[in-house]
Amino acid sequence: MSVGDFIRNSQVWKSIFRHPAPRDRRNRVVVMLTNVFLHLHPVSVRQSGIALSYTWCMGGLTFFLFLVETITGVLLMFYYRPTLEHAYNDILGLRDVATLGVLRELHRWGAHAMVITIWLHMYRVFLTGSYKPPREFNWGVGVILLVLTLLLSFTGYLLPWDQLAIWAITVGSNMARAHPVVGHEGPGSSLITVGGVNLIHSGSDARFLLLGGRAVGGETLLRFYVLHCVAIPLAAAVLIAVHFWRVRKDGGISGAL
Amino acid sequence: MLTASTGVLTLGTVRFLFPNVLSEPPSKVKVGFPDAFDEGKVDERFKDKNIWVVKYQGKLIALSTTCTHLGCTPNYLEKEGKFKCPCHGSGFFGPAMGDPGINFEGPAPRPLERWSLSIGDDGQVVVDKSRKFQQERGEWTNVDSYIKV
Repeated sequence: MSVGDFIRNSQVWKSIFRHPAPRDRRNRVVVMLTNVFLHLHPVSVRQSGIALSYTWCMGGLTFFLFLVETITGVLLMFYYRPTLEHAYNDILGLRDVATLGVLRELHRWGAHAMVITIWLHMYRVFLTGSYKPPREFNWGVGVILLVLTLLLSFTGYLLPWDQLAIWAITVGSNMARAHPVVGHEGPGSSLITVGGVNLIHSGSDARFLLLGGRAVGGETLLRFYVLHCVAIPLAAAVLIAVHFWRVRKDGGISGAL
Repeated sequence: MLTASTGVLTLGTVRFLFPNVLSEPPSKVKVGFPDAFDEGKVDERFKDKNIWVVKYQGKLIALSTTCTHLGCTPNYLEKEGKFKCPCHGSGFFGPAMGDPGINFEGPAPRPLERWSLSIGDDGQVVVDKSRKFQQERGEWTNVDSYIKV
Protein backbone atom coordinates (compact mmCIF):
# COMPACT_ATOMS: atom_id res chain seq x y z
CA MET A 1 0.00 0.00 0.00
CA SER A 2 1.46 3.38 -1.03
CA VAL A 3 1.74 6.37 1.31
CA GLY A 4 -1.09 8.07 -0.56
CA ASP A 5 -3.36 5.10 -0.10
CA PHE A 6 -2.46 4.88 3.57
CA ILE A 7 -3.40 8.53 4.09
CA ARG A 8 -6.56 8.26 2.10
CA ASN A 9 -7.70 5.27 4.12
CA SER A 10 -6.99 6.92 7.47
CA GLN A 11 -9.78 7.96 9.80
CA VAL A 12 -8.69 11.61 9.77
CA TRP A 13 -8.86 11.83 6.01
CA LYS A 14 -12.16 10.01 5.72
CA SER A 15 -13.80 12.25 8.27
CA ILE A 16 -12.81 15.34 6.26
CA PHE A 17 -13.36 14.03 2.75
CA ARG A 18 -16.30 11.68 2.78
CA HIS A 19 -16.25 10.86 -0.91
CA PRO A 20 -13.39 9.94 -3.24
CA ALA A 21 -12.12 12.54 -5.69
CA PRO A 22 -14.42 13.15 -8.69
CA ARG A 23 -14.04 10.52 -11.41
CA ASP A 24 -17.45 10.16 -13.01
CA ARG A 25 -20.52 12.38 -13.40
CA ARG A 26 -22.48 11.01 -10.45
CA ASN A 27 -19.51 11.09 -8.13
CA ARG A 28 -18.67 14.66 -9.26
CA VAL A 29 -22.17 15.83 -8.38
CA VAL A 30 -22.02 14.11 -4.99
CA VAL A 31 -18.69 15.76 -4.15
CA MET A 32 -19.96 19.20 -5.23
CA LEU A 33 -23.13 18.95 -3.22
CA THR A 34 -21.54 17.72 0.01
CA ASN A 35 -18.76 20.36 0.17
CA VAL A 36 -19.70 23.72 1.69
CA PHE A 37 -17.39 25.70 -0.59
CA LEU A 38 -18.07 23.78 -3.76
CA HIS A 39 -21.84 23.61 -3.30
CA LEU A 40 -22.03 27.41 -3.76
CA HIS A 41 -21.04 26.88 -7.39
CA PRO A 42 -23.12 25.32 -10.17
CA VAL A 43 -22.21 21.72 -10.90
CA SER A 44 -21.60 22.61 -14.53
CA VAL A 45 -21.68 25.79 -16.63
CA ARG A 46 -22.66 26.32 -20.23
CA GLN A 47 -19.89 26.96 -22.68
CA SER A 48 -21.55 30.25 -23.63
CA GLY A 49 -20.89 31.36 -20.07
CA ILE A 50 -17.23 31.90 -20.83
CA ALA A 51 -17.75 33.66 -24.15
CA LEU A 52 -15.83 36.82 -23.32
CA SER A 53 -17.06 38.71 -26.36
CA TYR A 54 -20.56 38.31 -24.94
CA THR A 55 -20.14 38.63 -21.17
CA TRP A 56 -16.94 40.75 -21.02
CA CYS A 57 -16.46 38.97 -17.66
CA MET A 58 -16.75 42.39 -15.96
CA GLY A 59 -19.09 41.07 -13.29
CA GLY A 60 -16.62 38.32 -12.49
CA LEU A 61 -13.76 40.81 -12.45
CA THR A 62 -15.72 43.05 -10.08
CA PHE A 63 -16.20 40.16 -7.69
CA PHE A 64 -12.53 39.26 -8.01
CA LEU A 65 -11.61 42.86 -7.15
CA PHE A 66 -13.99 42.75 -4.19
CA LEU A 67 -12.04 39.75 -2.88
CA VAL A 68 -8.73 41.52 -3.56
CA GLU A 69 -9.96 44.56 -1.67
CA THR A 70 -11.11 42.44 1.25
CA ILE A 71 -7.80 40.61 1.54
CA THR A 72 -5.58 43.66 1.07
CA GLY A 73 -7.90 45.57 3.39
CA VAL A 74 -7.58 43.03 6.19
CA LEU A 75 -3.80 43.04 5.82
CA LEU A 76 -3.71 46.83 5.97
CA MET A 77 -5.69 46.71 9.20
CA PHE A 78 -2.68 45.29 10.97
CA TYR A 79 -0.80 48.54 10.53
CA TYR A 80 -3.47 51.26 10.55
CA ARG A 81 -5.03 52.90 13.60
CA PRO A 82 -8.14 55.07 12.97
CA THR A 83 -7.28 57.79 15.49
CA LEU A 84 -6.44 61.45 15.03
CA GLU A 85 -2.88 61.04 16.22
CA HIS A 86 -2.01 57.88 14.29
CA ALA A 87 -4.00 57.65 11.04
CA TYR A 88 -1.86 59.83 8.76
CA ASN A 89 1.46 58.53 10.05
CA ASP A 90 0.35 54.91 9.84
CA ILE A 91 -0.35 55.36 6.16
CA LEU A 92 3.09 56.91 5.71
CA GLY A 93 4.49 53.93 7.61
CA LEU A 94 2.84 51.54 5.20
CA ARG A 95 4.44 53.41 2.34
CA ASP A 96 7.92 53.83 3.74
CA VAL A 97 8.50 51.17 6.36
CA ALA A 98 6.22 48.15 6.05
CA THR A 99 7.41 45.29 3.83
CA LEU A 100 5.28 45.12 0.68
CA GLY A 101 3.59 48.28 1.87
CA VAL A 102 2.63 48.65 -1.78
CA LEU A 103 -0.44 46.73 -0.56
CA ARG A 104 -1.84 50.14 0.34
CA GLU A 105 -1.49 51.25 -3.27
CA LEU A 106 -2.96 47.93 -4.48
CA HIS A 107 -5.92 48.58 -2.25
CA ARG A 108 -6.39 52.06 -3.65
CA TRP A 109 -5.92 51.07 -7.30
CA GLY A 110 -8.20 48.09 -6.75
CA ALA A 111 -10.89 50.46 -5.55
CA HIS A 112 -10.57 52.61 -8.67
CA ALA A 113 -10.53 49.52 -10.88
CA MET A 114 -13.60 48.10 -9.16
CA VAL A 115 -15.66 51.19 -9.93
CA ILE A 116 -14.56 50.99 -13.57
CA THR A 117 -15.40 47.29 -13.88
CA ILE A 118 -18.80 47.88 -12.26
CA TRP A 119 -19.65 50.53 -14.83
CA LEU A 120 -18.49 48.28 -17.69
CA HIS A 121 -20.53 45.44 -16.22
CA MET A 122 -23.64 47.62 -16.06
CA TYR A 123 -23.03 48.73 -19.62
CA ARG A 124 -22.71 45.11 -20.82
CA VAL A 125 -25.87 44.05 -18.99
CA PHE A 126 -27.67 46.94 -20.62
CA LEU A 127 -26.36 46.14 -24.10
CA THR A 128 -27.37 42.47 -23.86
CA GLY A 129 -30.80 43.31 -22.49
CA SER A 130 -30.15 41.19 -19.41
CA TYR A 131 -32.16 43.58 -17.27
CA LYS A 132 -35.47 42.81 -18.98
CA PRO A 133 -38.26 40.88 -17.21
CA PRO A 134 -37.95 38.68 -15.20
CA ARG A 135 -34.45 39.99 -14.44
CA GLU A 136 -35.47 43.52 -13.37
CA PHE A 137 -35.07 42.76 -9.66
CA ASN A 138 -31.49 41.62 -10.15
CA TRP A 139 -30.76 44.87 -11.98
CA GLY A 140 -32.13 46.70 -8.93
CA VAL A 141 -29.92 44.63 -6.63
CA GLY A 142 -27.00 45.54 -8.87
CA VAL A 143 -27.79 49.24 -8.54
CA ILE A 144 -27.76 48.94 -4.76
CA LEU A 145 -24.42 47.16 -5.03
CA LEU A 146 -23.18 50.09 -7.13
CA VAL A 147 -24.25 52.53 -4.41
CA LEU A 148 -22.56 50.38 -1.74
CA THR A 149 -19.35 50.31 -3.77
CA LEU A 150 -19.40 54.09 -4.11
CA LEU A 151 -20.03 54.39 -0.37
CA LEU A 152 -17.06 52.11 0.25
CA SER A 153 -14.98 54.48 -1.88
CA PHE A 154 -16.39 57.48 0.02
CA THR A 155 -15.72 56.09 3.50
CA GLY A 156 -12.32 54.71 2.57
CA TYR A 157 -11.25 58.07 1.16
CA LEU A 158 -11.28 59.63 4.62
CA LEU A 159 -9.02 57.07 6.28
CA PRO A 160 -5.61 58.48 5.24
CA TRP A 161 -6.67 61.63 7.12
CA ASP A 162 -4.87 64.04 4.80
CA GLN A 163 -6.08 67.39 3.46
CA LEU A 164 -7.65 65.77 0.41
CA ALA A 165 -9.58 63.34 2.61
CA ILE A 166 -10.85 65.84 5.17
CA TRP A 167 -12.05 68.40 2.65
CA ALA A 168 -13.61 65.83 0.32
CA ILE A 169 -15.66 64.44 3.19
CA THR A 170 -16.50 67.97 4.43
CA VAL A 171 -17.90 68.88 1.03
CA GLY A 172 -19.70 65.55 0.65
CA SER A 173 -21.26 65.67 4.07
CA ASN A 174 -22.34 69.28 3.59
CA MET A 175 -24.80 67.90 1.10
CA ALA A 176 -26.48 66.08 3.95
CA ARG A 177 -27.13 69.30 5.88
CA ALA A 178 -28.88 70.80 2.85
CA HIS A 179 -31.24 67.84 2.54
CA PRO A 180 -34.96 68.57 2.88
CA VAL A 181 -36.46 67.93 6.32
CA VAL A 182 -33.56 65.95 7.78
CA GLY A 183 -30.82 68.50 7.07
CA HIS A 184 -30.62 71.48 9.42
CA GLU A 185 -29.94 73.92 6.59
CA GLY A 186 -32.38 72.43 4.12
CA PRO A 187 -35.97 73.34 3.34
CA GLY A 188 -38.43 72.08 5.89
CA SER A 189 -35.81 71.70 8.62
CA SER A 190 -38.12 73.27 11.17
CA LEU A 191 -40.99 70.94 10.32
CA ILE A 192 -40.23 68.32 12.96
CA THR A 193 -40.90 70.02 16.28
CA VAL A 194 -42.00 68.56 19.58
CA GLY A 195 -43.45 70.94 22.10
CA GLY A 196 -41.94 73.96 20.36
CA VAL A 197 -38.43 72.46 20.29
CA ASN A 198 -36.93 72.04 16.84
CA LEU A 199 -35.70 68.44 16.60
CA ILE A 200 -33.49 68.98 13.56
CA HIS A 201 -30.46 71.21 14.29
CA SER A 202 -26.73 71.12 13.71
CA GLY A 203 -26.37 68.63 16.54
CA SER A 204 -29.09 66.22 15.48
CA ASP A 205 -29.58 66.25 11.71
CA ALA A 206 -28.62 63.68 9.06
CA ARG A 207 -25.15 65.20 8.70
CA PHE A 208 -24.59 64.86 12.45
CA LEU A 209 -25.54 61.20 12.25
CA LEU A 210 -23.16 60.64 9.35
CA LEU A 211 -20.21 62.50 10.89
CA GLY A 212 -20.77 61.62 14.55
CA GLY A 213 -20.23 65.30 15.29
CA ARG A 214 -20.76 68.79 13.94
CA ALA A 215 -17.57 68.75 11.90
CA VAL A 216 -15.28 66.11 10.42
CA GLY A 217 -13.26 64.93 13.40
CA GLY A 218 -12.07 61.92 15.35
CA GLU A 219 -15.57 60.52 15.72
CA THR A 220 -16.03 60.72 11.97
CA LEU A 221 -12.80 58.84 11.34
CA LEU A 222 -13.84 56.00 13.62
CA ARG A 223 -17.36 55.90 12.23
CA PHE A 224 -16.15 55.78 8.63
CA TYR A 225 -13.58 53.12 9.55
CA VAL A 226 -16.27 50.82 10.96
CA LEU A 227 -18.55 51.47 8.00
CA HIS A 228 -15.71 50.89 5.54
CA CYS A 229 -14.30 47.71 7.10
CA VAL A 230 -17.36 45.98 8.54
CA ALA A 231 -20.84 47.35 7.93
CA ILE A 232 -20.81 48.08 4.20
CA PRO A 233 -18.75 44.98 3.21
CA LEU A 234 -21.21 42.80 5.14
CA ALA A 235 -24.17 44.40 3.40
CA ALA A 236 -22.40 44.07 0.06
CA ALA A 237 -21.59 40.39 0.70
CA VAL A 238 -25.23 39.61 1.40
CA LEU A 239 -26.39 41.40 -1.73
CA ILE A 240 -23.66 39.78 -3.83
CA ALA A 241 -25.02 36.41 -2.73
CA VAL A 242 -28.52 37.46 -3.80
CA HIS A 243 -27.16 38.83 -7.07
CA PHE A 244 -25.34 35.58 -7.96
CA TRP A 245 -28.25 33.42 -6.84
CA ARG A 246 -30.56 35.32 -9.13
CA VAL A 247 -28.24 34.87 -12.12
CA ARG A 248 -27.99 31.14 -11.34
CA LYS A 249 -31.72 30.68 -11.09
CA ASP A 250 -32.43 32.67 -14.23
CA GLY A 251 -30.50 30.28 -16.42
CA GLY A 252 -26.86 30.93 -15.54
CA ILE A 253 -24.64 33.67 -16.93
CA SER A 254 -25.49 34.36 -20.57
CA GLY A 255 -27.92 31.47 -20.47
CA ALA A 256 -31.51 31.47 -21.65
CA LEU A 257 -34.26 31.35 -19.05
CA MET B 1 -45.60 41.53 18.00
CA LEU B 2 -42.85 40.93 15.47
CA THR B 3 -43.29 44.34 13.86
CA ALA B 4 -43.32 45.99 17.27
CA SER B 5 -40.09 44.39 18.40
CA THR B 6 -38.40 45.01 15.03
CA GLY B 7 -39.50 48.63 15.16
CA VAL B 8 -38.25 49.11 18.69
CA LEU B 9 -34.89 47.50 17.90
CA THR B 10 -34.48 49.61 14.77
CA LEU B 11 -35.35 52.85 16.56
CA GLY B 12 -33.04 51.88 19.39
CA THR B 13 -30.19 51.21 16.99
CA VAL B 14 -30.68 54.53 15.22
CA ARG B 15 -30.76 56.46 18.51
CA PHE B 16 -27.62 54.60 19.62
CA LEU B 17 -25.80 56.01 16.61
CA PHE B 18 -26.37 59.64 17.71
CA PRO B 19 -23.52 60.55 20.06
CA ASN B 20 -24.44 62.31 23.30
CA VAL B 21 -20.98 63.65 24.05
CA LEU B 22 -18.88 65.75 21.72
CA SER B 23 -15.35 67.00 22.23
CA GLU B 24 -15.22 70.40 20.58
CA PRO B 25 -13.00 73.40 21.26
CA PRO B 26 -14.64 76.26 23.24
CA SER B 27 -16.73 78.56 21.08
CA LYS B 28 -15.62 81.79 22.82
CA VAL B 29 -12.26 83.21 21.75
CA LYS B 30 -10.53 86.29 23.22
CA VAL B 31 -8.87 88.28 20.45
CA GLY B 32 -7.36 91.26 22.28
CA PHE B 33 -8.28 94.77 23.33
CA PRO B 34 -10.53 96.90 21.09
CA ASP B 35 -7.85 99.52 20.40
CA ALA B 36 -5.31 96.92 19.20
CA PHE B 37 -6.73 96.71 15.67
CA ASP B 38 -5.90 98.91 12.68
CA GLU B 39 -8.53 100.48 10.43
CA GLY B 40 -8.91 98.73 7.09
CA LYS B 41 -6.75 95.78 8.13
CA VAL B 42 -7.51 92.07 8.46
CA ASP B 43 -6.10 90.30 11.53
CA GLU B 44 -5.17 86.74 10.56
CA ARG B 45 -3.79 85.63 13.93
CA PHE B 46 -6.96 83.67 14.72
CA LYS B 47 -7.51 82.13 11.28
CA ASP B 48 -6.91 78.64 12.64
CA LYS B 49 -9.87 79.28 14.96
CA ASN B 50 -12.08 80.20 12.00
CA ILE B 51 -11.95 83.97 12.75
CA TRP B 52 -10.77 87.02 10.80
CA VAL B 53 -10.94 90.23 12.84
CA VAL B 54 -11.50 93.19 10.53
CA LYS B 55 -11.79 96.88 11.39
CA TYR B 56 -14.02 98.58 8.84
CA GLN B 57 -15.30 102.15 9.08
CA GLY B 58 -14.59 102.25 12.79
CA LYS B 59 -16.30 98.95 13.56
CA LEU B 60 -14.69 95.68 14.64
CA ILE B 61 -16.09 92.67 12.76
CA ALA B 62 -15.40 88.92 13.24
CA LEU B 63 -15.66 87.14 9.89
CA SER B 64 -16.03 83.38 9.56
CA THR B 65 -13.26 81.82 7.47
CA THR B 66 -15.60 79.25 5.95
CA CYS B 67 -16.40 79.81 2.27
CA THR B 68 -20.15 79.81 1.77
CA HIS B 69 -19.83 77.75 -1.40
CA LEU B 70 -18.71 74.31 -0.18
CA GLY B 71 -16.82 74.98 3.05
CA CYS B 72 -13.15 75.48 2.13
CA THR B 73 -11.02 78.20 3.79
CA PRO B 74 -10.38 81.29 1.62
CA ASN B 75 -7.11 83.22 1.64
CA TYR B 76 -6.85 86.95 2.30
CA LEU B 77 -5.02 88.56 -0.60
CA GLU B 78 -3.96 91.90 0.88
CA LYS B 79 -2.56 93.31 -2.37
CA GLU B 80 -5.83 92.68 -4.17
CA GLY B 81 -7.88 93.62 -1.14
CA LYS B 82 -10.13 90.57 -1.24
CA PHE B 83 -10.70 87.12 0.21
CA LYS B 84 -10.28 84.43 -2.44
CA CYS B 85 -11.21 80.79 -2.02
CA PRO B 86 -8.67 78.39 -3.57
CA CYS B 87 -11.18 75.61 -4.12
CA HIS B 88 -13.50 77.09 -6.74
CA GLY B 89 -12.58 80.77 -6.94
CA SER B 90 -15.22 82.44 -4.79
CA GLY B 91 -14.29 86.04 -4.01
CA PHE B 92 -15.41 88.17 -1.03
CA PHE B 93 -14.88 91.90 -0.35
CA GLY B 94 -11.92 92.84 1.80
CA PRO B 95 -12.13 96.07 3.85
CA ALA B 96 -10.53 97.97 0.96
CA MET B 97 -13.30 97.01 -1.46
CA GLY B 98 -16.43 97.41 0.61
CA ASP B 99 -18.42 95.78 3.40
CA PRO B 100 -16.10 92.88 4.36
CA GLY B 101 -17.38 89.44 3.41
CA ILE B 102 -19.82 90.34 0.62
CA ASN B 103 -19.53 87.78 -2.20
CA PHE B 104 -18.82 89.35 -5.57
CA GLU B 105 -17.25 86.70 -7.78
CA GLY B 106 -17.24 82.94 -8.17
CA PRO B 107 -19.83 80.38 -7.10
CA ALA B 108 -20.38 81.52 -3.51
CA PRO B 109 -24.12 82.11 -3.18
CA ARG B 110 -24.01 84.43 -0.16
CA PRO B 111 -21.59 86.55 1.92
CA LEU B 112 -19.26 85.20 4.59
CA GLU B 113 -20.93 84.80 7.97
CA ARG B 114 -20.05 86.97 10.96
CA TRP B 115 -19.61 85.86 14.55
CA SER B 116 -21.05 87.56 17.59
CA LEU B 117 -18.77 90.07 19.39
CA SER B 118 -18.80 91.38 22.92
CA ILE B 119 -16.47 92.98 25.47
CA GLY B 120 -15.37 90.55 28.18
CA ASP B 121 -14.87 91.21 31.88
CA ASP B 122 -11.23 92.16 31.40
CA GLY B 123 -12.04 94.57 28.57
CA GLN B 124 -10.89 92.28 25.80
CA VAL B 125 -12.95 91.60 22.70
CA VAL B 126 -14.63 88.16 22.92
CA VAL B 127 -15.74 86.38 19.70
CA ASP B 128 -18.61 83.92 20.28
CA LYS B 129 -18.79 81.34 17.49
CA SER B 130 -21.97 79.80 18.82
CA ARG B 131 -23.88 82.69 17.29
CA LYS B 132 -23.65 83.79 13.69
CA PHE B 133 -25.07 86.61 11.57
CA GLN B 134 -25.90 86.30 7.92
CA GLN B 135 -26.08 89.39 5.69
CA GLU B 136 -28.67 87.87 3.37
CA ARG B 137 -31.03 87.63 6.32
CA GLY B 138 -30.46 91.28 7.18
CA GLU B 139 -28.65 90.28 10.37
CA TRP B 140 -25.54 92.39 9.87
CA THR B 141 -27.36 95.37 11.33
CA ASN B 142 -27.67 93.45 14.60
CA VAL B 143 -25.75 95.23 17.39
CA ASP B 144 -24.07 91.99 18.53
CA SER B 145 -22.37 91.47 15.18
CA TYR B 146 -19.94 94.39 15.53
CA ILE B 147 -18.17 96.56 18.11
CA LYS B 148 -17.92 100.29 17.55
CA VAL B 149 -14.40 101.46 18.37
